[in-house]
Amino acid sequence: MAKRSAPEVNAGSMADIAFLLLIFFLVTTTIETDRGISRKLPPIQDENVEPPVIKQKNIFTVIVNRNNDLFVEDQIMELSELREAAKVFLDNGGGVGEDGCSYCQGARDPQSSDNPKKAIISLVNDRKTEYRTYISVQNELVAAYNELRNRESQRLFGMDYTEMEDKYNDPNFKGNKEKLETQIDQVKGMYPQLLSEAEPKSS
Amino acid sequence: MSKFKKKKSGELPAVNTASLPDIVFMLLFFFMVATVMRQNTLMIENKLPFADQVEKLDRKELVSYIYAGKPSERYQKTAGTEARIQLNDKFATVSEIQQFIYAERETKREELIPYLTTALKVDVETNMGLVSDIKQELRKAEALKINYTTRIGEVAKNR
Repeated sequence: MAKRSAPEVNAGSMADIAFLLLIFFLVTTTIETDRGISRKLPPIQDENVEPPVIKQKNIFTVIVNRNNDLFVEDQIMELSELREAAKVFLDNGGGVGEDGCSYCQGARDPQSSDNPKKAIISLVNDRKTEYRTYISVQNELVAAYNELRNRESQRLFGMDYTEMEDKYNDPNFKGNKEKLETQIDQVKGMYPQLLSEAEPKSS
Repeated sequence: MSKFKKKKSGELPAVNTASLPDIVFMLLFFFMVATVMRQNTLMIENKLPFADQVEKLDRKELVSYIYAGKPSERYQKTAGTEARIQLNDKFATVSEIQQFIYAERETKREELIPYLTTALKVDVETNMGLVSDIKQELRKAEALKINYTTRIGEVAKNR
């Protein structure tokens, strides 16, 4: 038996194998996290409970019909104007005395909403409305709330409301979370998101 | 004399590629760690709408996905062209949503159940009728936290 040294393994194709695996993982990777509009659905109501009576002037009706046309307070409107119209309605603060709103900067029109805490946006869709229109309308209404909340948050705490929420949801946030939470709740309380959605009509 | 000439006529030396596998392996490990495998094979068209008032959907393990849209071309023969719901890897009817939510809850730890979110990935061309049927079923199943998954962009792009 002659003593032979083991031949060296050829490692030249190692790079090829590694490349193959690399390309496989490159293709299957999805790094980005999903983003979207978060909503909370209302729990199912008891049939016997009487709905509370709400003054007509505190309701802002947004109707989207089957042809994706937008009607706000029975007037036809372009989507680009919706955000401003919703802000004017929410920020009106037309109430006096107990219903008054000390921080509102609106026109204080007695024909419009008393107080942002009472102002309700009611959204009615048709069953034939397209999802893209629905999301656009939702987005504009959420934007109206966010803009008003940002304004008050800037005035009180010198920071945007959306920025505070981002920080609150960030698990690596180092600051005082309890203080942040009370601040967020305070701003939320000034402009609560009262968005009611009716069952879509089938016409 | 020839001894000295020989040195000058040498060609360019080849680039040493011995460390190439190391570099590739480094990249490979990065992607292996960062990879999240696609959970569901989509059987429907799923073009998401644009929105800009969005929140991040962190903690993927707490999210269950409901897809809706027109069946993609290869399934249109069997599933038709009307918008359908997809749960996990198959088409479903509206009445199966409650069961799906309960099944998702079973797999989660009890203390995490209040944080469960349902992400609705709905195609832009779907009618609201189907979406509100889904929402009604979710209300019945008491899965009240929902998220309309969107792409980031101006709403004007939805036109």
